[in-house]
Amino acid sequence: MTDSVAAGEAAIHLDQVSKVFGKNGNDTAYRAVDGLNLEVRPGQMLAILGKTGCGKSTIFNMIAGLTEPTSGTVRVSGRDPFSDFDWFRGKMAIVFQNDRLLPWRSALQNVELGLEMLGMAAADRRAVAQQWLTKLGLGGHEHDYPHALSGGMRQRVSIARAFATNANILLCDEPFSALDESTAGRLRAEFVRLVKENGKTAVFITHSISEALDIGDRIVVLKRPAMIAYDVSFDAATGPEQRESIRSRIGEVLAA
Amino acid sequence: MSGAVPQPLSSRLASLSFAAVKRLATSALPFVVVILLWQFASLFFPRFLFPSLIDVFWRCIDIFSSGAMFADVLATIYRILAGLAGAFVVGGLLALLMVRSRAIDRFLSPILTLFQGIPALSWVVFAIIWFHGVEFRIFFIMVMTTLPAFTFQVLGALRAMSRDLMEMVFSFRPTRMKLFRVMIAPAILPDILTAWKVNLGNASRVVVVAELVGATGGVGYQLLQQQQLFDMAGALAWTLQLVFFVLIVQGALTLIENTAFRYRAVSERGI
Repeated sequence: MTDSVAAGEAAIHLDQVSKVFGKNGNDTAYRAVDGLNLEVRPGQMLAILGKTGCGKSTIFNMIAGLTEPTSGTVRVSGRDPFSDFDWFRGKMAIVFQNDRLLPWRSALQNVELGLEMLGMAAADRRAVAQQWLTKLGLGGHEHDYPHALSGGMRQRVSIARAFATNANILLCDEPFSALDESTAGRLRAEFVRLVKENGKTAVFITHSISEALDIGDRIVVLKRPAMIAYDVSFDAATGPEQRESIRSRIGEVLAA
Repeated sequence: MSGAVPQPLSSRLASLSFAAVKRLATSALPFVVVILLWQFASLFFPRFLFPSLIDVFWRCIDIFSSGAMFADVLATIYRILAGLAGAFVVGGLLALLMVRSRAIDRFLSPILTLFQGIPALSWVVFAIIWFHGVEFRIFFIMVMTTLPAFTFQVLGALRAMSRDLMEMVFSFRPTRMKLFRVMIAPAILPDILTAWKVNLGNASRVVVVAELVGATGGVGYQLLQQQQLFDMAGALAWTLQLVFFVLIVQGALTLIENTAFRYRAVSERGI
């Protein structure tokens, strides 16, 4: 593919990024992100961890191209996601905190949404959507409207919608936080498997240490206003003792 | 577990048809009462006050079967639909501009509010003074009287769209056309249909006023003729033409709602 990132080049690169809400000099101005530097390698699964209000979602929105940084540069696959917004069509997909399914579309039509934006023919996109729904255990529910599905099923439809476009970069904003622990655990495992199988670069926002350890192969802990307080990488070979030590360290950083 | 004995099919069909008949009877009851009261009054009052509904029925048949008279009904229907379509298109565009620009919103909102306060009869007078063509006068009156409601209703619908869903659709980088087709149009459709239902009733009243004063044909013109002849049966028959039209269009809109909004969850407990 022409849009693939060259070896060694960061898939996501944030350089001295700040975001201030409200006008400069205004008393109500709020600095959500302050001079953040962050690089995410292609194929990496980065979990961004932090307390509520630490700027996680602002970083997420800047990487997604939905918010413009006040200063500094954000580059995704070497391009500015805010000004080159349309260029990222089909190259970046988002799984949101709540499922955000269109209520007037069936499960199948919701999964087709991203493919429709890419201009794929109706029959082809139906086949792809069907395949993803089946892969996520939703065979037989293709024509159900969102109100007829459980919370877990709806979130699976939204994951299918994100994966169906075959985007290289996946952004996830606490996608399992509204689900019960058992459903969340199952979906988390499915999600990690799909990301690894498909070689995606993923940024996963969470406020749960356990979730970050389950999902990421790198964890960045943010402190308000969105500054990196702890950055650790690990892999499948990392033993339980080392993981426990990472967990303790994260707990200390968050409590500090 | 004590297994419940399934009802035989014939019994279930019977209970279903009983429910349908009961529903039909309940909705027809108010009309039946009004008809009976009118017919009862017609036995004691002169014809020019309360004509028999049988006379009115035959006058309705005359209107349906006479090409010239039915053309008057069609002319009125055309004027209502053209006026509503014009107001909807202009109102929709104004609402889009207002939702995109706060300055345009601040400029147009007071003007539209001012228009809402102008009586339909005043627009009729203005149209007669300003314009020559009868059809254009009526079109102008219809548009001006229904424009504020359409604009405010579409504006409200655009503003009420879910920001979460908009962001989700934006995350797929849609073109403007696709954004409108997959998100904006389905999201505002329920309010648009409600706007049409509300404005249809208003328009059918306004068109009669416009035709009474400025037209040489149509239901309003015919009503004026019946008034000059003191013909109550004719006045009722012509009025019923508009009532039938409104009922048919309302029924069509309800049918569209039932089909287009079948995705909505229905609670077993009503409000």
